[in-house]
Amino acid sequence: MKRGTIRELFVTFFKIGAFTFGGGYAMIPLVRREVVEEKKWLAEEEMFDLIAIAESTPGPLAINAATFVGNRVGGVPGALAATLGVVLPSFLIILLIAGILARVERFTIVQKAFRGIRAGVLVLIASALVSLFRQLSRRAFTYAVLAAAFAAACFLQADSIVILILCALCGVVRNALAKKREKR
Amino acid sequence: MILLQLFWEFLKIGAFTFGGGYAMLPLMRQVVLAHRWTTESRIVDFIAVSESTPGPLAVNMSTYIGAETAGLSGALAATLGVVLPSFLIILLISGNYRKFQASPVVKGAMEGLRPAVVALIAVALLSVAGSVFDTETMLSRANLTGALTVFVAAFLCYKKKHPILIIAVSALIGMAL
Repeated sequence: MKRGTIRELFVTFFKIGAFTFGGGYAMIPLVRREVVEEKKWLAEEEMFDLIAIAESTPGPLAINAATFVGNRVGGVPGALAATLGVVLPSFLIILLIAGILARVERFTIVQKAFRGIRAGVLVLIASALVSLFRQLSRRAFTYAVLAAAFAAACFLQADSIVILILCALCGVVRNALAKKREKR
Repeated sequence: MILLQLFWEFLKIGAFTFGGGYAMLPLMRQVVLAHRWTTESRIVDFIAVSESTPGPLAVNMSTYIGAETAGLSGALAATLGVVLPSFLIILLISGNYRKFQASPVVKGAMEGLRPAVVALIAVALLSVAGSVFDTETMLSRANLTGALTVFVAAFLCYKKKHPILIIAVSALIGMAL
């Protein structure tokens, strides 16, 4: 029974990993269908919890989801099976493509294609930027952090991780001060 | 040595990527360029490949850069590194994740992290744009083609077309002009 569950976790998340393009929020409908509707590993409201957890923990949503569901259903072995399952398709496909690209990239037509693609990717990055910006809370604190982080990265060339840690600390301090003020 | 370096750098990337695929771009760019593992325009190529293949962007990108830098074992080291922090943190908090969610420290940290991530992606976008366009001769043929591609891609993006279609159309414009 137990071993069957582990295998099922692996196969389900392998499928999720193999059929979600772009990752992130694009995979939520598929995860929901497989995990909530088909296998009934999570209840509907636990799916919302999962999304909330994924948002406040680092790393790809797919990994967070696989580890969370795997651990819930089959403990640490389950978490390992589900996470391995969700990663494996990408890993294998990218290895294959890296090998092919290394062989064809000297052709002019491929180089020209990539020249076009790079311009297209700029738009994809910009659109991710816009949608993340729209999700920000409209508060002075948010804009202050945004401006400070931008200046630190753009003009001081500060380390990204240092910037992230400092901004997180600012948020923690601000939140603590706001709580204190409320109590008074 | 290179394997250990790949593992460690991608572990840091995995531990500090908040807010989905593109949030890792500034971190990865910084690390990869500092170690001279690849060039800026190659990173953009990787993004295109990662968007056009299944799976999370972070996993695709780390596998790709690992493979380019040190073959199969490099791909394994980088991917393991990027996955491990999420895996461990989820295992750690899954016992009482409601408490974790409600914690004022976590909430406060996220309030600071979200705008920081937006700022970092904006800076990364600016420097990636600098590598796509030739900044010395503004009206070069490559720049005009690039501008046309950006225009078409932006239109498709506005029309909510799938990223893969946007990449395919951009490739066709690049090949045709």
